[in-house]
Amino acid sequence: MDKLRLRFKKTGRAVYISHLDLMHTMQRAFSRAGYELRYSEGFNPHPQISIALPLSVGAGSLCEIMDFRLKTEEDPAEIPGRLTAALPEGIEIIEAYEPRRKTAELKWLRVSGVFEYDGRDAAQMAEALDRFYGQDELIISKKTKRGMGEADIRPAIKRIELRAGPGAVLLEAVISAREPTLNPELLAEALRQKAPELAPDFAKFTRLETYDREMNVYR
Amino acid sequence: MDKRLERILPRVQKPARYTGGEYNQIIKDRMKVDVRLAFCFPDTYEIGMSNLGMSILYHTMNSLDFVWCERAFAPWGDMYDEMKKAALSLYALESGDSLRDFDALAFSIGYEMAYTTVLDMLDMAGIPLHAKERTGLLPLVFAGGTAAVNPEPMADFMDLFVIGEGEEMNNELLVLFRQAKLEGWGKHDFLVKAAQIQGVYVPSLYDVDYNPDGTVASIRAGEGAPERVTKRIVADLDAAPYPTRPIVPSTEVVHDRVNLELFRGCVRGCRFCQAGHVYRPIRAKKPETLVRQGIETLKNTGHEDVTLLSLSTSDYRHLSELCDGLLEYCQDRSIGLSLPSLRADNFSMEIMEKLQKVRKSGLTFAVEGGSQRLRDAVNKNVTEEDLLNTCRIAFEGGWNSVKLYYMLGLPTETDEDILGIAEMANQVLHCWRQHAKNKNRGVKITVSTSCFIPKPHSPFQWEAQISMEEYLRRVNLLRSNMVARNVTYNWHDAETSLIEAVLSRGDRRLGAVIEEVWRQGGRLDAWSDYFSYERWRKAFEKCGLDPAFYANRRYPTDSMLPWEHIDVGVRREHLLRERERCYHSKLSPDCRKGCSACGAAALLKGGRCDG
Repeated sequence: MDKLRLRFKKTGRAVYISHLDLMHTMQRAFSRAGYELRYSEGFNPHPQISIALPLSVGAGSLCEIMDFRLKTEEDPAEIPGRLTAALPEGIEIIEAYEPRRKTAELKWLRVSGVFEYDGRDAAQMAEALDRFYGQDELIISKKTKRGMGEADIRPAIKRIELRAGPGAVLLEAVISAREPTLNPELLAEALRQKAPELAPDFAKFTRLETYDREMNVYR
Repeated sequence: MDKRLERILPRVQKPARYTGGEYNQIIKDRMKVDVRLAFCFPDTYEIGMSNLGMSILYHTMNSLDFVWCERAFAPWGDMYDEMKKAALSLYALESGDSLRDFDALAFSIGYEMAYTTVLDMLDMAGIPLHAKERTGLLPLVFAGGTAAVNPEPMADFMDLFVIGEGEEMNNELLVLFRQAKLEGWGKHDFLVKAAQIQGVYVPSLYDVDYNPDGTVASIRAGEGAPERVTKRIVADLDAAPYPTRPIVPSTEVVHDRVNLELFRGCVRGCRFCQAGHVYRPIRAKKPETLVRQGIETLKNTGHEDVTLLSLSTSDYRHLSELCDGLLEYCQDRSIGLSLPSLRADNFSMEIMEKLQKVRKSGLTFAVEGGSQRLRDAVNKNVTEEDLLNTCRIAFEGGWNSVKLYYMLGLPTETDEDILGIAEMANQVLHCWRQHAKNKNRGVKITVSTSCFIPKPHSPFQWEAQISMEEYLRRVNLLRSNMVARNVTYNWHDAETSLIEAVLSRGDRRLGAVIEEVWRQGGRLDAWSDYFSYERWRKAFEKCGLDPAFYANRRYPTDSMLPWEHIDVGVRREHLLRERERCYHSKLSPDCRKGCSACGAAALLKGGRCDG
C-alpha cells in the first residue's frame, strides 16, 4: 500500500510524551489496532513512520502530521477510530488519507500560547508584549548544531496577536515551521533575553493549524 | 492537571514518567469506589513498571469493583526537588490525586535498599512514618514483596505486612478493610482481625525481647495472632490471574516487553539463594496457557519483545514446546523472544538455535564460584566442562559476548577459588579462539563479582559476610590476576553490600537507623547516584548499633533469628542440613532428581510440587 498520512491531536497528559517515545507509542498502537506497518529493508529494519514536525515536550497540538506505510491494503476511513482506541490518553487521530502533497510544502504553523503572569496585570503585559514583538528585528542567541549562535527570529513570525486573559496573556501567532524552523518556545525565550521584565512566569504553546507557503491550509 | 505540576514537568528529565495516562491504565469513578488504594513502588517509574509482580497485583486488586488501585513511584532527584519547592504532595498517576487522600497505601518492597525510599514516599504524601502515629484506620499502610520475608527492619513503619504471593491474600485483606471502613471499626480491631488472614503479619501484635548481647530473646504473639505467620501462595498458576492487558508505558522503561512467568520456585537449591527457597514450592504453568497468554498480551500491548521469566528458565519442562508455540507467532511479526537465567549445564543447541532465528543477544551465566569444590559447597551445580561446552556451541553459533557472574566471600571460599575465576575467564577466551566462527568481530568476556550477602530463609542465613576490607582484598587479588585484554572485570561496591547485609538480617531496632538515614537525606539508596555510606555509618553510630553485629557475625544456630516467626514453608532442619553439607562440599540433588523434603510442598495442602 502507498503512503498514508495521519492527522492527529496531542493534548492533555500526552504532551509530555517525547518525540522519540511518540514514534514508539505509535508503532505499538498500530500493532494493537491490528495494522502491520511496513518495515524498511536492510540490516536493521525499522517501521516506516515519520512525523512531519517534531513537537517539543510540553507543547500540545491539534494538527500533527505523520506519514506511514502499511503492509496490507486498508480502508483509510477506518483507521482513525481503530487507532485512537489503541492510543494512550490524549492522542486522537483526526483523519487518515493518501497524501497529495509533500511534507516539504508545509511552511507555516498557527500556534496559540498562554503566558502566565503571577500577580501582574495581564492587560498591561499584553500591550507591552505587542510593542516588543512589533520590533523590526529580534536577535537572540540560541543553541544551534554548532554551539551557541545569534539569529533574528522576527522574519519567522508572520503574524502575532496578543490579548489579555485571566492572569495571562493569550497569544496567537503564525510562525515559520520549516526553513527556518521557529520553536514557539523561543517567543518566550526572546523575552527572557531581551526584556526580562516582560518574561512570563510560565509559557505553554499549542499548534493549531498547518499552512503552505501561500497560507493555504496544508493537508 | 495541577497548575504547579504543569509548570514543573517541562523542566524535569523524562516527564512522561510522572503523568500517567498510559495505554491500559485503569480509570474508575472515585465517587463509586469504597477503597482508594495507592500501590507504591519505592523506586523509579522505569524500575517499577518493569516489575511483573506489580503488574499482576495492580490488576488483581482492581478486579475488585469497590477498589480503585492506582500507582505511585518515587520521583528522581530533579523532580523531587521541584516537588518540594512547589510543596507538591506525592500523587497517584491515574487520578493525579495526592496520596494523602487515599484509604490505603500498599508498598511493594523487592529489596532492602528501598527502605529509605518507602519512608520518603510516606513523607512526600504527608503521612506520618510510624504505624503508632497513625491512630485512625485510615490510611492503612502495608507492604509486601520479597524483602518482607524479614519484615522486622520496617516493622515500626508498617501497619501490616503481606507475606508471600498477593493475588488472593491482598483481595481478602481488602474485603475486610472495606468492611472495617464502612462499619467504622477502629484501627486496632481491624488489625487483630486482619492477622487471622493467612500470610498477614501485624508487627504491633508481636513483642520482641532482646538478650543483653543484642540478640533476639523471644518473639511473642498477642491477641490471637499466629505464633508463626505462614506465607501465602497461589496453588494453581494456570488458574491464577495474569494481566493480558498490562499498562504500556509511553516512555522507555527498563524491561519494555511482555513478561511471561513460566513457573515459581526453583528446583536447584543453591545454598546462598533466597529466592530459590522463599518462592517454593515449584508450580509451573502449562505451555498452552503461556502461549495463549503470551500472544494475547502481545496483541494487547504491541510490544516487540517477549521474555520468559523464572528463576531458572531452562528447568522448565516444556521449554522447547513453549518456544515453538511462541516463535510461530513472533517470527513473522519481528517479535523477539528472550530467555534470561539460562543455565550453563543444560543449555541446549536446540533452544539456542530457536532463539537465533529472531534476535541474538549476549549470553549470561551465573557461575558463582571459581572452583568446582566451591561450587559444590554452595550447591551451584555447574561444571567447567558444562560452561565451556555451552560457550563452544555459542561461539560456533556466532555469539561473541559472554558475561560470567560470581560471588566473592561465599562460605569456605579460599584464595585458590578466587584465582579459579581468572582461570575460567581465560578458558572461555581460549574456547572462543578455537571455535569462533568469525574472529574479526572480536569477543567480549565480562566477569562480574558481587559480595556474598547472607539472606534470611536460605541455608546460609546464619553465615557471616566477609568484612569490606577482606572483600576488597579478594577483589584486588582477582583484579591483579585478570590480565587478558578481552576480559573486563567489574565488581560490586563493598559498602552497599554491607548495608544490604545489615538490612537483610536486621531486627526491629534497625527502624531507627533507616529513619535517621532518611532524615539525613537518604532516598533511592539502591542507586549509586544517591547512596552514601557515610550517611549510613553515622546513623548506626547515632543509634548505637554496629553494622558488623548484623552483617559480619555468624548467627548461632541455637539462638532466635529476628525472622523466626515468619514461615516461608521451607523447614529449618532442611536449611541446617544444607548448610552442613556445604562444609563437606557435598552437592544435594536438585528437586527433580530427588526430593529433599524441604517442607514447602505442605503449602499446597495436598497438591503436588512440580520439583
